[in-house]
Amino acid sequence: MTPTAMTLRLDVTLAIIAMGLVTYFCRAGGYAILRAMRTPPVVDALLRNLPAPLFAAYVALSLSRQDMAAVLASIPCAAAHMRWGNFGLSIVVGVGAVALLRWAGI
Amino acid sequence: MPVIFTRNGVRRGVLRGIPLLLGIAPFGVVVGVIALRHGLTLAETLLMSALVFAGASQLLALELWTNPPDILAVAIAALVVNIRMVPIGAALSFWLDHMRGWRLWTSLFVTVDHSFALSVAEHRAGGRDAGFLLGLGVLTWIAWVAATAAGHVLGAAISLADDNPIFFAAPASFVAILAALWRSARQDVPPWLLAAATALGAQALSLPAPMPLLAGAFAGAALGAWREGREARP
Repeated sequence: MTPTAMTLRLDVTLAIIAMGLVTYFCRAGGYAILRAMRTPPVVDALLRNLPAPLFAAYVALSLSRQDMAAVLASIPCAAAHMRWGNFGLSIVVGVGAVALLRWAGI
Repeated sequence: MPVIFTRNGVRRGVLRGIPLLLGIAPFGVVVGVIALRHGLTLAETLLMSALVFAGASQLLALELWTNPPDILAVAIAALVVNIRMVPIGAALSFWLDHMRGWRLWTSLFVTVDHSFALSVAEHRAGGRDAGFLLGLGVLTWIAWVAATAAGHVLGAAISLADDNPIFFAAPASFVAILAALWRSARQDVPPWLLAAATALGAQALSLPAPMPLLAGAFAGAALGAWREGREARP
C-alpha cells in the first residue's frame, strides 16, 4: 500500500523515536552526567575533536559517489561560508555552482 | 545578581532569535526535500523534525536511510553527530543549574548550537534571565518543524528528477559546516585528511554503513585529540 502524506509507518516511526531518544540523551543526559561527575580528559578531548572529522569523513564519502561538478562546487560553497558565514546562502551557492558546472558540460 | 526565569526573558529570547530564522529556514527546507526523496511521508518528516530537532544528524540519517530503515544505523548516526551537544549543557550550567522540572528539561530539549551561542553571549553581557534560552529554543524549534514541512510539500509539488542540483544541498550543508569549523591548516588538515582517507578506505573494503563514517570520524578525532594533548604538554 502506498503511504499517504499523513501515514506513520511503524518501522520508520521506531527509527525516528530511536534518533530522538539518542539526541535527547546527548542534550539532557550529557548535562546530567557532566554535572554529577568529571569525565576523563581523554574522553573530553575526543568529544571536542569529533565533529569536524565526522563531517570531513561524510563529505569525502558523499563526494566519492558524485560527479566532478559536485566535487568542484564544494570549493565555492566552502568559500561562500568562509566569506559570509550564512548556511542558507552557502547551500544556494553550492547548488548553483553544481547547476552551472553541469550546464557547462562538466 | 540571582538567576531568574520570567516571561520577559522568554519574550526576549524569541525576539533575539528572529534574525536566526534566515539561516535556519533554508536548511530546514533542504532537509524536507531530502526526506521526501528518501521516501518519508509528511507526517514522518514532521515527527523527525519535532523529536530530533538537529539538522545535521537528520540529514546524515537520511543519507543512510534504507527501506525499511536500519534503526541501529540511524540511531548511531544521530549519536555520533549529536555527541557534540554533551558539553553544551555543561557550558550552559550558569542558567541550567538554577532551573528545575519542565523548565530545565524543555530548555535542554530545544537547545541547539545557535541558542547555545546566543545564550552564552547574553550571559556574558550580564543577562540573568534563564527564560531567554527557552524562548530562543522554542522559536527555533517551531521554525525548524515548519521549514522542513515546507520543504517536503514543495518537493512533492514540483517532482524533482534524481539528478536535480538541489540534491547537492545535503553535501553542500556539510561542506558549509566544515567551513564553519575551520580553525587553521596546521590544526585541521591532518585530522580531516585522516578522517577522509580512513572513511574512503573502509568504503573500499565494502564495510557496511555507517562503519566507514564512524571509522573516519574516530580516526580523525583520535589524531586531533592526540595532537592537542601533545601541544598542551610543556
